[in-house]
Amino acid sequence: MSHKQILAVIGNGMVGQNFLAGLVKSGAAERFEIVTFCEEPRPAYDRVHLSDYFSGKNAEDLSLVEAGFFQDNGITLYLGDKAVAIDRINKQVTSAQGRVVAYDKLVLATGSYPFVPPVPGHDRAQCLVYRTIEDLEAMTAAARQAKIGVVVGGGLLGLEAAKALTDLGLETHVIEFAPRLMAVQLDDGGGAMLRHKIEALGVNVHLNKNTTLIDDGEHCLHKMNFADGEKLETDIILFSAGIRPRDDLAKASGLAVGPRGGIVIDNQCRTSDADIYAIGECALWNNQIFGLVAPGYAMARTVVAELEGAAGSFTGADMSTKLKLMGVDVASIGDTHAKTPGALVYTYQNGASEIYKRLVVSADKKRLLGAVLVGEASGYGTLLQYCLNGIELPENPDALILPHRSDESVGLGADALPLSAQICSCHDVSKASICSAIEAGCNSLPALKTGTKAGTGCGGCVPLLKAVMDSELAKLGIEVSTDICEHFPHTRQDLYNLVMIGEIRTFDALLERHGRGRGCEVCKQAAGSILASYWNEYILKQEHIGLQDTNDTFLANMQKDGTYSIVPRVTGGEIKPDMLIALGRVAKKYGLYTKITGGQRVDLFGARVNQLPLIWQELIDAGFESGHAYGKSLRTVKSCVGNTWCRYGVDDSVGLAVELENRYKGLRAPHKIKFAVSGCTRECAEAQGKDIGVIATEGGWNLYVCGNGGMKPRHADLFATRLDKETLIKYIDRILIFYVRTADRMQRTAVWMENMEGGLDYLKAVVIEDRLGIGAQLEQHMQHIIDTYQCEWKTTIADENKLKRFRHFINSDDTDDNVVFVQERGQIRPANEQERKHFKLTEVA
Amino acid sequence: MSDWIDICALDDLQPDSGVCALAHGKQVALFFMPKEDRVYAVGNYDPFGQANVLSRGMIGDIDGQPMVASPLYKQHFNLQTGVCFEDDSVRIETYEVRLDNGRVAIKIAG
Ligand code: SRM
Ligand SMILES: Cc1cc2nc3c(=O)[nH]c(=O)nc-3n(C[C@H](O)[C@H](O)[C@H](O)COP(=O)(O)OP(=O)(O)OC[C@H]3O[C@@H](n4cnc5c(N)ncnc54)[C@H](O)[C@@H]3O)c2cc1C
Ligand code: SF4
Ligand code: FES
Repeated sequence: MSHKQILAVIGNGMVGQNFLAGLVKSGAAERFEIVTFCEEPRPAYDRVHLSDYFSGKNAEDLSLVEAGFFQDNGITLYLGDKAVAIDRINKQVTSAQGRVVAYDKLVLATGSYPFVPPVPGHDRAQCLVYRTIEDLEAMTAAARQAKIGVVVGGGLLGLEAAKALTDLGLETHVIEFAPRLMAVQLDDGGGAMLRHKIEALGVNVHLNKNTTLIDDGEHCLHKMNFADGEKLETDIILFSAGIRPRDDLAKASGLAVGPRGGIVIDNQCRTSDADIYAIGECALWNNQIFGLVAPGYAMARTVVAELEGAAGSFTGADMSTKLKLMGVDVASIGDTHAKTPGALVYTYQNGASEIYKRLVVSADKKRLLGAVLVGEASGYGTLLQYCLNGIELPENPDALILPHRSDESVGLGADALPLSAQICSCHDVSKASICSAIEAGCNSLPALKTGTKAGTGCGGCVPLLKAVMDSELAKLGIEVSTDICEHFPHTRQDLYNLVMIGEIRTFDALLERHGRGRGCEVCKQAAGSILASYWNEYILKQEHIGLQDTNDTFLANMQKDGTYSIVPRVTGGEIKPDMLIALGRVAKKYGLYTKITGGQRVDLFGARVNQLPLIWQELIDAGFESGHAYGKSLRTVKSCVGNTWCRYGVDDSVGLAVELENRYKGLRAPHKIKFAVSGCTRECAEAQGKDIGVIATEGGWNLYVCGNGGMKPRHADLFATRLDKETLIKYIDRILIFYVRTADRMQRTAVWMENMEGGLDYLKAVVIEDRLGIGAQLEQHMQHIIDTYQCEWKTTIADENKLKRFRHFINSDDTDDNVVFVQERGQIRPANEQERKHFKLTEVA
Repeated sequence: MSDWIDICALDDLQPDSGVCALAHGKQVALFFMPKEDRVYAVGNYDPFGQANVLSRGMIGDIDGQPMVASPLYKQHFNLQTGVCFEDDSVRIETYEVRLDNGRVAIKIAG
């Protein structure tokens, strides 16, 4: 071959990039020199997870392009350059920056744009859309000066946008033209349930509303006027009223487009010009636009196959979807509106738990045609398999949506699926390819995801993927050990249950009944923590001492030189001047290094083990108590100053922080727990980075859960809004004890949440709806902990026997001569090795 | 030359845990495992953390071998041989222990 053909791709969005990635892996890449135009300032990113941007992901996290992708594969990328004309006669593309690129083959992957209804006033300032990272940045900027936000459009994207607005702290409204939410996917029952749930989250939903004019508001920037005469004032308007294919370029060059837009393609994704293909949301196949990513990827695969000379064809795609909208599970499969002649409908509605399910089955009750799930969508994977693979339904199909006891197995086991079953529709991964990946050694979920790409798109198939993996691993006889250590064939959660059920009070008894050997620091600490969380006995009781890490044994944190630090509790960060003076006095007397911590309290460093009781005696006399900085237990409840002083504050954050800290202090848990309370959405206490975060709003307290700073920061999830204090405390009681009972050892709440099957929704079901019926028990358990609280330092100081341990030598009053301090910035610090040698020499000399 | 040195009463030790004693100017960590009626004695100096802290580590076994875990960076040392489980080129001092009439004595080079 003399020279390579030129393949130009217009649009580097999700589908365009998927096409390029598929192409470079195929044999066809060799034959082409590839050029791509990317209008946006950055290459392809994950639009599906765009909203994660508000929970801490940045543009880089969302990127779909592997580092070095374009360079390594010799692809020319014109970033920030839009194609403006296609000359089909001379076969060349012209760009906004004036580039002219000749092509042999051209692929259009221009996506779609958000439709903005032509209501007078739609182009006012702060009237925005939701499609690109720039749109999100504009939203964030606008939200800073705004209190109220309105989303026009109650479809899938509109509700996601509404979530984004609430996350930005705005009072949020959704305006929908149709009589129900998600009109395309849901039926009336499902739409009503969804509305109910979303309103419970604090979003105001307005149905049957037709906006006729947007003009100046009196209190806000805009006033929206509706056909029914009602009005609504708002600062931001976000249009999410559907998408329109970006076909202008195609149309201008004379390619065939549909009557309502969309570039017409055939089964090979060819447009009316045989050298030009169109894929993704810009393409119109069989009079349909596919507004989802999976069909776009299927089109991309088809074109790759075409260019390779292999047979490929696009023959439509399943539009089933499963989403989490504002934390509410919503799924729709197939023919949700029962349009198939003779179709039968089953519905299940549980008003108390706010669950709605609907099955559409064939007249002979043998095949599943469609389904709608709202509030609980764990059956999605199974139902989808029934529908896609035409698997014969059980005799009573309604068993598939009725609640069931845990001992009955309902639905399809992974085994029942044929090898050809498509497990992941985003990446078209079949059960067969998953099985062979497992045989090739991918025996964990992450390995399987990397190996097959399954589960790395929308994530909807992950539960099913895991079920297939588990059953295949079991068949191969591979066991994945979850034992805590060599001494117990159990997980931490098992041990917790064994302690609870067997009423076990000591490690020795636990080891005798359920373990072997002498134990080790792993199982001992875990057992120590479990016993403390359950019985809440004094941790230095004789039978528990050996279970404590050195920090717990000495009720202080060991430093690098073997000395300790002391952190008294300063509830909510609030401290009286006299207490500050007392801290200073004690620090000065014992020559301790003093520092303000990141948790709004004071740390005193450099105490020798024998000094600990003396120092604590003085601190306790001054009114301090243990801060549990040494324990896997509640640390601090950080607060901002709140409405007592702050001009923006809407509630007393310090008061609540003090109350919460006093309530939960001493609670031992699988790992440390941190709280914060902010007095308004400006969030000066950084509550969204904490295990438990509380933010005051006009309507009550908003509760955030499972945030984390540290090694892998995670923004907390919004758990419930506008709570009164009583409900807030009830929820926190339940969440914390549920965490204590079910987390792995050394698992912070963030990781616990990420590993929890069913995630945030499941936690809400357990805590808010009391789905497991254990709510009262969890509260009782917490009450027991609160009732049995003791300041461990107070108890220790009062016990002669315990104090015996607080000396460096059992048989001498000498102190450790390896501990040497030098001065720095006017305080002590441990000497380094060099300095220590020098000191020893001078001491001897 | 090695001598037996009387250290303390058995009652002064902490069951299932450790204490530190001074013997001929050396810091010795003593661990009492009452179920086996045994006391182990090793050097108190943690060669990794470079601090005198091993007596404050947690004890137990690895594959049946008695061990102490350093409280600083969690390396494990065999209480019988002193060898570090993670890096067998590192070894801490070990001492013979004698229990007699409720007293604890260790044998140490004098
Ligand atoms: C003293 C303090 C630093 C300071 O001078 O400001 C501190 C000091 C230590 N932190 Fe911290 N952390 C301190 C605030 C924080 C914060 C900020 C906060 O709480 O607002 C964080 C990030 C927030 C978070 O935890 O989500 C933080 C994340 C960590 C982590 C990482 C946890 C994670 O999930 O990734 C560790 C390691 C661990 O726990 O395994 C850690 C561990 C430690 C240890 C215990 C390390 C150790 O084992 O020796 C340090 C000993 C403290 C001591 O000797 O007193 N520290 N640490 C802060 C004490 C706050 C307090 O008043 O209790
Ligand atoms: C908030 C949000 C949530 C979503 N959630 C889901 C979901 O849960 N599940 C799901 O399946 N789908 C979801 N979608 C839809 C999904 O993102 C789209 O189906 C997918 O992005 C379509 O890919 P595409 O490549 O066709 O279009 P795009 O990703 O939009 O890419 C098209 C690209 O082409 C560029 N372009 C256009 N014209 C030109 C030109 N002339 N020159 C150069 N470049 C040009 C555009 O700037 C854009 O970057 C969601 C979309 C949004 C916005
Ligand atoms: S950030 Fe690291 S060094 Fe600093 S206090 Fe925390 S654990 Fe210690
Ligand atoms: S179905 Fe979307 S990731 Fe698998």
